[in-house]
Amino acid sequence: MKAFTTFEGVAAPLDRANVDTDQIIPKQFLKSIRRTGFGDNLFDAWRYHDEGAPGQTLNERQINHEFVLNFPDYQDAKVLLARDNFGCGSSREHAVWAMLEYGFRVVIAPSFADIFYNNSFKNGLLPIVVDAETMDALFERTPGLSLEVDLASQTLTPHGGQPIAFDIDEHRKQALLQGLDDIGETLVYADDIREFEQRHRQTMPWVFARDGRGYNTAAD
Amino acid sequence: MNNTLYDKIWRDHCVTERADGTSLLYIDLQLLHEVTSPQAFDGLRLASRNPWRLSANLATPDHNVPTTGRASGIDGITDLIAREQVTTLDANCRDFDIEQFDILDTRQGIVHVVGPEQGATLPGMTIVCGDSHTSTHGAFASLAQGIGTSEVEHVLATQTLAQRKAKNFAVNVDGLLPEGVAPKDLVLAIIGALGTAGATGHTIEFRGPAIEAMSMEGRMTVCNMAIEAGARAGLVAVDDTTLDYVRGRPFAPTGERWEQAQAYWRTLHSDPDAHFDNSITIDAAALVPQVSWGTSPEMVVGIDGAAPNPEQASTEQQAQGIRQALAYMGLSANQPITDIKLDRVFIGSCTNARIEDLRAAAAVARGRKVASNVKQAMVVPGSGLVKAQAEAEGLADVFIAAGFEWRDPGCSMCLAMNADRLQPGEHCAATSNRNFEGRQGHGGRTHLVSPAMAAAAAVTGHFTDVRALV
Repeated sequence: MKAFTTFEGVAAPLDRANVDTDQIIPKQFLKSIRRTGFGDNLFDAWRYHDEGAPGQTLNERQINHEFVLNFPDYQDAKVLLARDNFGCGSSREHAVWAMLEYGFRVVIAPSFADIFYNNSFKNGLLPIVVDAETMDALFERTPGLSLEVDLASQTLTPHGGQPIAFDIDEHRKQALLQGLDDIGETLVYADDIREFEQRHRQTMPWVFARDGRGYNTAAD
Repeated sequence: MNNTLYDKIWRDHCVTERADGTSLLYIDLQLLHEVTSPQAFDGLRLASRNPWRLSANLATPDHNVPTTGRASGIDGITDLIAREQVTTLDANCRDFDIEQFDILDTRQGIVHVVGPEQGATLPGMTIVCGDSHTSTHGAFASLAQGIGTSEVEHVLATQTLAQRKAKNFAVNVDGLLPEGVAPKDLVLAIIGALGTAGATGHTIEFRGPAIEAMSMEGRMTVCNMAIEAGARAGLVAVDDTTLDYVRGRPFAPTGERWEQAQAYWRTLHSDPDAHFDNSITIDAAALVPQVSWGTSPEMVVGIDGAAPNPEQASTEQQAQGIRQALAYMGLSANQPITDIKLDRVFIGSCTNARIEDLRAAAAVARGRKVASNVKQAMVVPGSGLVKAQAEAEGLADVFIAAGFEWRDPGCSMCLAMNADRLQPGEHCAATSNRNFEGRQGHGGRTHLVSPAMAAAAAVTGHFTDVRALV
C-alpha cells in the first residue's frame, strides 16, 4: 500500500448525499479478477450517457458533459468533496480502487458509511470527516479550490487560506503514514491467535466440525 | 450482568488487542463467492502466505452464474468475464484445497441461503463474507458481517478480523405482525423509520414478540437488511425456534456435542438489564404491506400510500433527494403506489429466496396468471436444495402454470451482474434488498416488496394490497 504523507490537489464537488457504492462503481465492472482497471468506470452511470461494459475504451463512450467531474474546471481533480453517508450500500472494495485509479487520494465528507470508510484505509485513500459548516464552506470555494492535506499534522489547507484541523484515529493515521500491511501487523500476534484457537476448540468444538474437509471432499 | 448478546459474542471471540487499539476477533466461518475473492487469493500468493485454517472457509459461486441452462455448468456462462470469475474461484479452491459447492453441485446457491441450510452457520459464531448481506446470518445469534476484499485476504491469512467494537442498537418490535404482513414488510418499515445511516456504527439486535414469533427464515429476511439501515450486523437471540432449525443439518453437531452446544447456545441472549446505546420501537400490529418508491431502501411507504411530495420535505437537501428519486423512478409527487404498473417481477435474492418465501408467493399465484403488461416474471430459488423442495411441494408447477419463469439458483436479477437485468425505464417488483439507481440494470426502476406482494403485483400488473387477494 502506498504511504500517505502530504498531498495537494484540485477539489471537485459532488453535491449529493447518500452516494452508494453502486454509483461509485456499477456492478458490471466487478467482474474483473484484478485490482486495477477501474478508474475509467468511477461514477460510470453519471459520467457517461451510455451504459458501459468492461473492456471499453474511453473513446467508445458518450461523455455526459453535464456531470460535474466532466467540467473542464475539474479535469485534474484529486480531492473529492462529498455529502453525508458517502459510500453506503455494498461492501465492494472496488469502489475504493476506482476512486484511487481515477486519481482521488482524498475524499472529504460530513459522514461516511462504515464499510467504505474501512476499505479506504486499507488501500491508502484518505477519508476525512469535517462538520457540516466546514463542508458547506469548502463546496462554496469551488471551482478554483486547491487543497493541501498534511496527514501528520492533521490539517487540510485551501490554497491561500487557513489550515483546517481534522480528527483521525491515531492508528489508522500511522498505518497510512507508513504504508503498513495489515496482515503483517496482525501476524505479530500469531501466538495469541494460536492459543485462543486451542482453547476455542475445547469450548466450542462444533465450530471445527468441518475440519479436514476441502476441495476434494466436496463430493460427500 | 448487563451484557447484550453482541457484548457476549464479542467477548467470546476476542483474541487480543493490537497495539493500535483494534481488537482481533477470531473468525469461525468465512463464506466465499466469485466476485470478492479473486484478488484476496492473489494477495496470498503474492505474499507467499497460506490460509490459516482451511476448513473455516466454504465457497460457492452465486453472483455471476446464469439462472438458465445450468446443466451446461461453466460452459453455459456466455459472458466471458463472468466465466473467468467462476473458473477463478474453482482454481483458487482447488489450489488452496477449500471446500466449494460448485456450479453443478445441488448444494450450490446464494451464499447466505447455503450457509444456514447446511448448518455451516451456527449460533454464536463469528461469520464473515465479502458481501454486505452477510448480516443475514445474525438471525442465528451469530455475529455476521460484510467485509471488503482486503479483509477477506486478512481473514484467510490470520483467521481474524481487526476491528473496533461497535455500539449496541435495540430495535424493539412490539405486538405481532398482522395477517398478510411479512417479515420483509417489517424490515422495510424499520429502515424507513431509521434511515440508511440510522444505525451506522452499531450492531442491531432485533427484539420483541414479533421477532420471537417469527420463523428462522423470517428472521433471516430481517437481519439480511440490517446493513441497509447502516448496521454492519444484526442479531436475534437464540430460542427453541433456532435450535429446531439447526438440529439435524449436515454440519450441525450431534449427540454429546449437540448437548454441549445447545447448553452454550441457550445463553445467547441479552441480559435482562443489558445496556443499549440507542433504540427504536416499532408497533408491528400497525403495519401494512410496504413498497419502496424511490432509490434508497429508506424510501418506502405502505401499499395504501403514495410517493412523497418534495415540497413537504423538512430540509432542502431532503427535497432535492426526493426530486432526484422521483425523476429517476419516473413517478410524480403524491402518485398512489397502486398506480404503478410493473414491467418485470423478480422473486429471489438472499433476502427472500427460501422455501417459505416461495410458498407465500405460490399461495398468491395459484389459479391466477401473470398480467399481460408484465413482460417477465421470474422465480429464482436460493439454492439447489430449495429448488428441489419447491418442486417436490408442487410450487414450481404453480409458478409455471401462472406464467412465471422457474430458474436455477443464483443472485440473478438482484444486481444484474449476470444475464438477468432490467432495461432502462422498466419498473420491477423485486423481493431483493436494494433499489439504488441502476441496481438491477442501467436505468432500471426497482421497487422492494415481500414475496407475496411481488406475486400480487405480477398477477394484477400493478402494485396491489395482497391482503385483498388471498
